Amino acid sequence: MSQTIRSTTSRITPADCWDHFLARWAINRMGHRVEPGLYALGSPTPESPVFVTANYRLSFDALRGALAGVDGYILVLDTHGINVWCAAGKGTFGADELVQRIEATGLAEVVRHRTLIVPQLGAPGVAAHEVKRRSGFKVEYGPVRAADLPAYLQTRQATPEMRRVRFTLADRLTLIPVELVGGLLPLLVALGVGYLLGGLMSALAVGTAILAGVVLFPILLPWLPTADLSMKGFILGGAVALPFALAVFWRHPDWAGWLQVVAALSLLLILPPITAFLALNFTGSTTFTSRTGVRREIFAYVPVMAWMFGIGVVLNLALRFLS
Amino acid sequence: MFNQYLVNTLRFDAAKCNGCGMCVAVCPHAVFAMNHRRAQVVNPTACMECGACQVNCPTHAIAVESGVGCAAAMIRAALTGRKEATCGDAQCDAS
Repeated sequence: MSQTIRSTTSRITPADCWDHFLARWAINRMGHRVEPGLYALGSPTPESPVFVTANYRLSFDALRGALAGVDGYILVLDTHGINVWCAAGKGTFGADELVQRIEATGLAEVVRHRTLIVPQLGAPGVAAHEVKRRSGFKVEYGPVRAADLPAYLQTRQATPEMRRVRFTLADRLTLIPVELVGGLLPLLVALGVGYLLGGLMSALAVGTAILAGVVLFPILLPWLPTADLSMKGFILGGAVALPFALAVFWRHPDWAGWLQVVAALSLLLILPPITAFLALNFTGSTTFTSRTGVRREIFAYVPVMAWMFGIGVVLNLALRFLS
Repeated sequence: MFNQYLVNTLRFDAAKCNGCGMCVAVCPHAVFAMNHRRAQVVNPTACMECGACQVNCPTHAIAVESGVGCAAAMIRAALTGRKEATCGDAQCDAS
């Protein structure tokens, strides 16, 4: 009753790279899918290892691309086009789907052994002991990164280093296009509102605060002081707002001193919360923030952001009548 | 100061541990380590509450309120009154 076994290779073609590029720019975000089922990589025998992955194109390609020269089977679970870690958190990359997919593909008749190599980041959705009980297959957690699989296959032991999730500069840079696309509409609206209310300089200031949160923040994340992302965002937002605040003094030399100070202050109240809010929203993209911590951040900082922004806007509008 | 991540919901009951080491294997932040054939929490504040250890612990020695630390999802859920979607229902969820 086994279904057909599709075949695949470890070669990543230019067409694959183009698809990865589109996925990184959030174009047709839910459409980067692989057909779920069993795939033969190279020329596997009944003794060859079985690797489990999600039906997200980037996940599948990272896996097969790392397995050059390896003969094996790839069992692709239906995670609705979501990567392994996110799908595991949701439970779609989970024990139920895994057990059903083993049965549907007739895997037990294809291989003689009873071991599955599951990516470590699939663990939040997969209870290994339950899979063993229900399917007879032993779940062996492989490394976090597919790139470590060749080394892992030598010993079938992951080193502590292979077990740690990282968030390198390269990882963070990769996320920027998606953040940019997601922030595009708010950016355009903010630019428009800024321009209508305060002219070109205000639009520029607001645009800078937003781009700081969306582009600079992911890059600078580990080097910004304190642990809370909101606080890091306030610091970064303050730094990029400062030149705009200082510019008030030479743009309006004719204003009374206190007016200049209030105008500068209003910018320092309006701009940093914008960057800080975007920084707080980046928690969902990181590899380390806990739900408890993020909830505490929301309660601690969102009211501060709202008050600062609100007072700043009121001050700024009041200035228009005074100056 | 300015660290909301010093507390979390991870609880480990050493008396129930059978020393299988699954928590050490699945944790992406090395929160657990083996010590005299028992697991031990060695880095509690690094826990991101992904739930991998709890799900894979055969003796239920670990409890954690797992969830995704995503402010956007939580704020959206609070504003719309809907269930917290782990990765934006419109963005990541096909169903």
